[in-house]
Amino acid sequence: MSKDTFRGGVHPYEGKELTENKEAIPFIPKGDLVFPMSQHIGAPAKPIVETGQRVLMGQTIAEAGGFVSSPIASSVSGYVKEIKPVLTVSGAMVPAIVIENDGLYEAVEGLGEDRDYRELSRQEIRDIIRDAGIVGMGGAGFPTFIKLSPKNDAAIDTIIVNGSECEPYLTSDYRVMLQEGERLVGGLKIILSLFDNARGVIAIEDNKPKAIEHMKKLVEGEEKITVKKVRTKYPEGAERQLISVVTGRKINSSMLPADAGCIVDNVDTVVAVYMAVAKKTPLMRRVVTVSGDAIADPRNFIVKTGTNYNELVEAAGGFTAPPAKMISGGTMMGMALFDTNIPVTKTSSALLAFKKDPMDKVPTSPCIRCGRCVAACPQHLVPQMLMDAAEKFDNAAFEAVNGMECVECGCCAYVCPSGRPLTQAIKETRRSILDERKKAAAAAAAKK
Amino acid sequence: MKDLVNVSASPHDRSGKTTRSIMRDVVIALIPASAFGVFQFGIKALLVLVTSVVSAVIAEFLWNYFMKKPKTPYECSAVVTGLLLGLNFPASVPLWIPVVGSVFAIIVVKQMYGGLGRNFMNPALGARCFLVICFAGRMTNFVVEKGNAVMNGFAGVDGISQATPLAIIKDLPATTAVGSSVSLSDMFFGFTGGVIGETSALAILIGGLYLVIRKVISLRIPLAYLISCGAFMLIFSGRGFDCEYLAAQLIGGGLMLGAWFMATDYVTSPITPWGQIIYGILLGVLTGLIRTCSSGAEGVSFTIIFCNLLVPLIERMTMPRAFGLEKKPKKIKKEA
Ligand code: SF4
Ligand code: SF4
Repeated sequence: MSKDTFRGGVHPYEGKELTENKEAIPFIPKGDLVFPMSQHIGAPAKPIVETGQRVLMGQTIAEAGGFVSSPIASSVSGYVKEIKPVLTVSGAMVPAIVIENDGLYEAVEGLGEDRDYRELSRQEIRDIIRDAGIVGMGGAGFPTFIKLSPKNDAAIDTIIVNGSECEPYLTSDYRVMLQEGERLVGGLKIILSLFDNARGVIAIEDNKPKAIEHMKKLVEGEEKITVKKVRTKYPEGAERQLISVVTGRKINSSMLPADAGCIVDNVDTVVAVYMAVAKKTPLMRRVVTVSGDAIADPRNFIVKTGTNYNELVEAAGGFTAPPAKMISGGTMMGMALFDTNIPVTKTSSALLAFKKDPMDKVPTSPCIRCGRCVAACPQHLVPQMLMDAAEKFDNAAFEAVNGMECVECGCCAYVCPSGRPLTQAIKETRRSILDERKKAAAAAAAKK
Repeated sequence: MKDLVNVSASPHDRSGKTTRSIMRDVVIALIPASAFGVFQFGIKALLVLVTSVVSAVIAEFLWNYFMKKPKTPYECSAVVTGLLLGLNFPASVPLWIPVVGSVFAIIVVKQMYGGLGRNFMNPALGARCFLVICFAGRMTNFVVEKGNAVMNGFAGVDGISQATPLAIIKDLPATTAVGSSVSLSDMFFGFTGGVIGETSALAILIGGLYLVIRKVISLRIPLAYLISCGAFMLIFSGRGFDCEYLAAQLIGGGLMLGAWFMATDYVTSPITPWGQIIYGILLGVLTGLIRTCSSGAEGVSFTIIFCNLLVPLIERMTMPRAFGLEKKPKKIKKEA
């Protein structure tokens, strides 16, 4: 059933050699730590601390603001300096708790203590995961406990750990697999204990032979866990593509991975589950790749959430030249930054800085109908038609050519020889359609 | 620092292939055929090619200038159009005809329909058909010169006008072997009559292979075209399974040039993978039909132009199925 790749996709320049062989090192923040209340999908968290109050490392400083939401823990001990809007990766100003680090790292009681998950009930495990503030750390930030609570536990037969790390330049998952592979396996075992019928699959792209070998060694003797080698191609790690590669099942935009009997979690997320359940440690760290040709000493850092990006740049030797382009995340789906004075959040995966804007390689010109975008689309769409519809603001036509199935992977814009901003146009139209749907749903609800 | 940083939407990388580099590859791929044409037909062929290319570029430039269009990077596309058109002339053509043809191709077929990417008809072929209709005699005055073509050309010696191999084959009774009247190896290497660029199947194949290796074109259209055309000719030739006849049909006339360079024109061929295959098959069958049933021996240019018109329809019928969606997408209401 399963194969090692999907149809479509691209092979962008990987740039992983810059950082992959350097050990990820812990980074001790110097300045204040900033915790935006929106680091996840869903309602913003609600602060439960006051200005001036002393907090401990691991203490919950904001509680979930709804069912789909996630609490936030402080990564240091210190005093709450203020609660104010700050700039975040998306460019939006978001309310945040600012904590002045007292450098003592005084932990809440029990932090780091061992706990045997086998003595916990399934509900207890889910509650721990929820209260630890764990969200999908691959980028989306969907609360993990919801993912781990499908309608029918028995229907879940595959837990996929997404170790493909197909985004260029990113090596943080790779470093975690090499340095903390035991925790990864531990986390996966905890998740597997929630589902009677599930097996675990750690999917790794074949450009990381060391990680594959290492993980294979670690899962030796584990009956329910296997390591699967998948082909190096972007976006191999996209949820829908990965599910089809591992299980041969395909889902579309109106389905959840659970409909295909799958749950997909990112490497860092699974490690966070292990830390929360087995080590009583809430989510308060993140492994971040700092890389790109404008960075003096690119490498991975094990970072406390809330740390300022500027400090990371400094720790990586600073800029070698004024960067022309800075990105939070990978080159394919990351967000361009105009300022590095922003905090590391649960979903930050990388900070990239480039001397030249890679976008300059291809000037914009009219579509020549070359068909490259069609061949590259992993969702098997016709991006050229989607963009035509988007440019005419013709949402009906956009939906008719399956625009809502787009996963915004960026492959189409990457290959377009005419430099057309296909992904951007498609993304904007998708957003506007989703907004309209939301409004329509709200109006319908109001009528009732 | 803030002022220096570019902010843009993802993705933040590009493959590096540009419209310009693709057009350059097409020009490179046409070099073997052009070179052979010049070698075969002499300096006159070179003059024809240069004239069409230069007038196409000038026409493009003037249009942009007078229409106050921004300076475009598309000269390359005009070069391709001019060169393709030039390769479609017999070497004996008076030089004003390429000028008329290039201007027609660029201004009427391409720009008046919206410019690069919007024209529904292959500009070079559109112009060629226009010229064939207007100046039939001059467009089909084929010359064969064996031996020292270049020297002959310099000396101004015209070769003998002669029917093309395809025309000869067409008039053959079905009982006569093809090999007895035309030389297949001459046809393959190109020592026959015809327009400048179509005589040497070998030179065209080299160019086509280059395009495939450089991933400029896929094999879908050329193979579907050649295979279906060959199959059609075999079935309806009345000769049974005659390999010589099949080979002569495939390498004769404009089929090779058409299949590798004209039918694969991005703008005027379907964008969907299945669409490309269907388009190729349609081309093959129609070309076969014209070659067997009409009075002419040719048919490639008109077939391609006709099928160009069907492209939107073909595309709509062959929309790929989206990942995870079993059913086909609904019909597009408006022209997408
Ligand atoms: S890749 Fe760009 S130029 Fe090619 S068909 Fe798609 S949109 Fe048009
Ligand atoms: S961004 Fe959307 S349309 Fe473009 S290749 Fe990815 S899935 Fe296809």
